[in-house]
Amino acid sequence: MENGFSSPRSESFPAGLRVLVVDDDPTWLKILEKMLKKCAYDVTTCHLAREALNLLRERKDGYDIVISDVNMPDMDGFKLLEHVGLEMDLPVIMMSVDGETSKVMKGVQHGACDYLLKPIRMKELRNIWQHVFRKKIHEIRDIEHENIDIIQMSRNGSDLSDDGHMYCGEDFNSKKRKDFDKNDDKDFSDHSTKKHRVVWSVDLHQKFVKAVNQIGFDKVGPKKILDLMNVPWLTRENVASHLQKYRLYLSRLQKENDLKASFGGIKHSDFPPKDPAASFGHQSSINLNQNDVANGYQFCGSNFVAQDAETKNNEGDLKIVSEIKRTLTADVSDPQKMRSSQSFSHSFASLETEASYPAFDSTNPPEFSWSENPETQIKKEHKPHLQLEDGYSQLPPHGQQHQIPINQLQSDPAVTSVLSLTGRDMSGSIEIKPLFNECKSKNVSHVSPTESAIDTFPVQTKSQLINHQSFEPISTVISSMKPQGFNLSITDLESCQRNLTSASDPNFAPINEDLTVWLQGDYYRMNFGQSIDFIDYDDPGFLAEVPFYLYDPLTSDFQCPIDSTTECPIVDQGLFIA
Amino acid sequence: MERNQMRRQLALMRQSFFDQGFLDEQFIQLEELQDDANPNFVEEVVTLYYRDSSRLILNIDQALERNPLDFNKLDNYMHQFKGSSTSIGAKKVKAECTQFREYCKAGNSEGCMRTFQQLKKEYAILKRKLEAFFQQARQAGPLETACRSRN
Repeated sequence: MENGFSSPRSESFPAGLRVLVVDDDPTWLKILEKMLKKCAYDVTTCHLAREALNLLRERKDGYDIVISDVNMPDMDGFKLLEHVGLEMDLPVIMMSVDGETSKVMKGVQHGACDYLLKPIRMKELRNIWQHVFRKKIHEIRDIEHENIDIIQMSRNGSDLSDDGHMYCGEDFNSKKRKDFDKNDDKDFSDHSTKKHRVVWSVDLHQKFVKAVNQIGFDKVGPKKILDLMNVPWLTRENVASHLQKYRLYLSRLQKENDLKASFGGIKHSDFPPKDPAASFGHQSSINLNQNDVANGYQFCGSNFVAQDAETKNNEGDLKIVSEIKRTLTADVSDPQKMRSSQSFSHSFASLETEASYPAFDSTNPPEFSWSENPETQIKKEHKPHLQLEDGYSQLPPHGQQHQIPINQLQSDPAVTSVLSLTGRDMSGSIEIKPLFNECKSKNVSHVSPTESAIDTFPVQTKSQLINHQSFEPISTVISSMKPQGFNLSITDLESCQRNLTSASDPNFAPINEDLTVWLQGDYYRMNFGQSIDFIDYDDPGFLAEVPFYLYDPLTSDFQCPIDSTTECPIVDQGLFIA
Repeated sequence: MERNQMRRQLALMRQSFFDQGFLDEQFIQLEELQDDANPNFVEEVVTLYYRDSSRLILNIDQALERNPLDFNKLDNYMHQFKGSSTSIGAKKVKAECTQFREYCKAGNSEGCMRTFQQLKKEYAILKRKLEAFFQQARQAGPLETACRSRN
């Protein structure tokens, strides 16, 4: 929330700071209110924690900081603290008459920005604005560094055997808040400490590619590349991880190319479904919080929570799925599946943890397509990638690159496939259509702005589609897009829609609306707390996804169920964002 | 002038609160918060405190009648009460609260009960004193308080 900075209040900041005070003691409430008013803050008081949470939820951006007492009858202050941190990610100051070290420590552990002892002096309240300010700065920095995180993440879990440690944006944020002592994201030791993160900008990547080509792809090694690139601040580690991703990307491209030959270029990656049905429901993996860096994190978390179970099985299922896919579909899917499976399995695995969708977002920025696809120029940071579920294969290639993972689950119910359709490569298989139609209709129902940001569009493996018996809906999470990104996505969606519609039938049209709808919805507002109840994936969800290959290595949590249905050509993402 | 005299008396009264340890710094904080927008702020807060804390006292009294004593509960109540008492700077009352909690932790029923009696006494004394103070302040006229808030 940039209110402090972007709103008119900002000129007089910290005056007008919107404070929410929660205390069951009416005397203190009155005193604090008066004190804060004297500081020229905008005060709202609350007796109960529940009430406070309601207020906060109602007006997501309505407050800058929360001050709460530790001892409250209806809810423990620490619990409230956690909720606020997770859901709204606001700075919280704790108060208590008890100054015991253990209590203070507990407060800090739960993420409190500060711990005040009663009786509270006014001078202590005068400076609370610093916490708001600090947070904003950190957020900005985080957004910029998201890419790095993703990179690092992928590095950590890049062996494609991720254990679900992929962090998700949410992780970061929440960690920032409460991670005083438990800096347990070992995978990402960097991000929590705000180390310098490498943003693989287009330029940087160009240098990288040039170096690689110079050396010769076979003989390439991080050290050599690093030397050639001659970028002083870049470390060997950075290059190594980037190289890994690049390799993956290239190999994937290779397979895609093969597929393209047969399918006209729609690639989809399949995800081996983990469990039948169940998993899908929770595969709201693609939680694209592309733009919603701050909020997105929350989504991820929630998403992933749901997906937890699912993802775990992914790895194992991948193989199975690929088998199934192979039998069911033509060769097309296979390579894709394999590929995608691999890539996604990790993501699934990592899904357990907070999805790192937000990471995707962050990765987006340094978008450059390694493939020759021109459209994969995702310059914007939060370019929403719309993933249109199947059927979109029809989308004629168009400039936008939407990674549209299309999840088509093959017979294996557990398969959540994400059909990625790059905008360009939607030369879809017609078969997808029917599925899509179904999905569409279902989707519509599911799409609702009020839904959590995680819009999972379950992809249904409709057997009708491709002899799949159960099409597990893949809950793709459509990341909440930040306003800017949002517009983009809408545009993308529209274009996709247009394409789709043109190609296929009018059925798709509504989807667009749906997509638009939920895009517009406060997706980004996804309440972390709410578990994503992914709609039962009856419908193939629209997956608005960042190019999945971006996610693959990066965020294991990216649950793009990628299921290559026979019909679903694999979408060539063409974007390699490392 | 009578008014001046009254004000002088008031000032002395007020000073005695501090000198005798009935009130502490927090009370001054409250006085500083008083302004034109809330000219009777201190009195309002004190009134609110007494109203709310009487409820707590009742709870503790009831809890003390139980047998055996639920020290946890008592401690909780007292924690609340203490927090409340710090709001107006009730120094002596606060001291008794701390003592009470010590006894709770030690599981000393006798100590708890004794302390609580003492606490109630201090609580009542302070209440009387403050009531007199405010009454006097009203009679002395707004100037007194206005002066103070400007300090």
